[in-house]
Amino acid sequence: MKRLKQLLLAITGLFITFMAQAQDVKKVEMADMMRSNGRIYVVVAVMLTILAGLILYIVRLDRKISKLENGN
Amino acid sequence: MRKIWWKIACVCLLVYTFIAGILLDVPHVPALQETIRNLYFHVCMWFAMMILFSVSLYNAIMYLRHFDLKYDVNARQYAAVGIVFGMLGYGTGAIWMSYTWADPNNPAFQSFSAIAREPKLIGAAIGLLVYFAYMVLRDSINDMDKRARISSVYNIFAYAMLFPSIWIIPRILPSLHPGQEGNPALNTSDIDGRMRLIFYPAVIGWTLLGVWITTLKIRLKLLNDKKILS
Repeated sequence: MKRLKQLLLAITGLFITFMAQAQDVKKVEMADMMRSNGRIYVVVAVMLTILAGLILYIVRLDRKISKLENGN
Repeated sequence: MRKIWWKIACVCLLVYTFIAGILLDVPHVPALQETIRNLYFHVCMWFAMMILFSVSLYNAIMYLRHFDLKYDVNARQYAAVGIVFGMLGYGTGAIWMSYTWADPNNPAFQSFSAIAREPKLIGAAIGLLVYFAYMVLRDSINDMDKRARISSVYNIFAYAMLFPSIWIIPRILPSLHPGQEGNPALNTSDIDGRMRLIFYPAVIGWTLLGVWITTLKIRLKLLNDKKILS
């Protein structure tokens, strides 16, 4: 029982050092500002609008070509 | 619109790519920072290009086996859309690299000369030029059968030329482009599981979009040909 406790203690100690090391890694600057004030959703909305426009264009073309094919 | 399900899948995958690609968390990598999200767009262009060129090659071989002009039309349209995707990949790559590879301590001109020597860029340009030549070659021959036969053979050579120019030579020479010792965006050291979750659907979505555009072009071409013949 005592040995088990010692072992557990050793493993916990190991984890703590790992965690300490992990926190030492230099923080990389990301666009956290955009995320925190929600402006990122504006970007998503703009991109989705463009995508929707392009897809609608293709769908309309597809319909038109289908109509031509059926007409002949 | 016949066989609609894969078109719906294409739209869903692209919408998913645009939303998840911007909003989900990505690995924090120095120098790349948030631009790592370009993986879902820039790299997918090249994947789609490669797949479309492969389909074009398949159709070229099928033409040479059966001498059916339908395959020749397919081969040409797939190659044309492949070129469009390749040019988009090249353009997006140029934008991306000018923000991540350029050395802020160097005057802009010097760092540009370093970037312009990049073997990956030169290789991609050669690969695309070979396909431009395919278009020029095709459209300069008036006889339909001769055009189909010559351009199918050239298509096989053009595809073979892609391998040294975009796969092999940039790996041998020193390059800033990631993925020097393997396949960029496919090996485990480049992207982690979170990005894979978006990257693979993105590749499929963009490829399906390319195929969709190509089928429209093929159908239009066939309609045109029918009008000329009748």
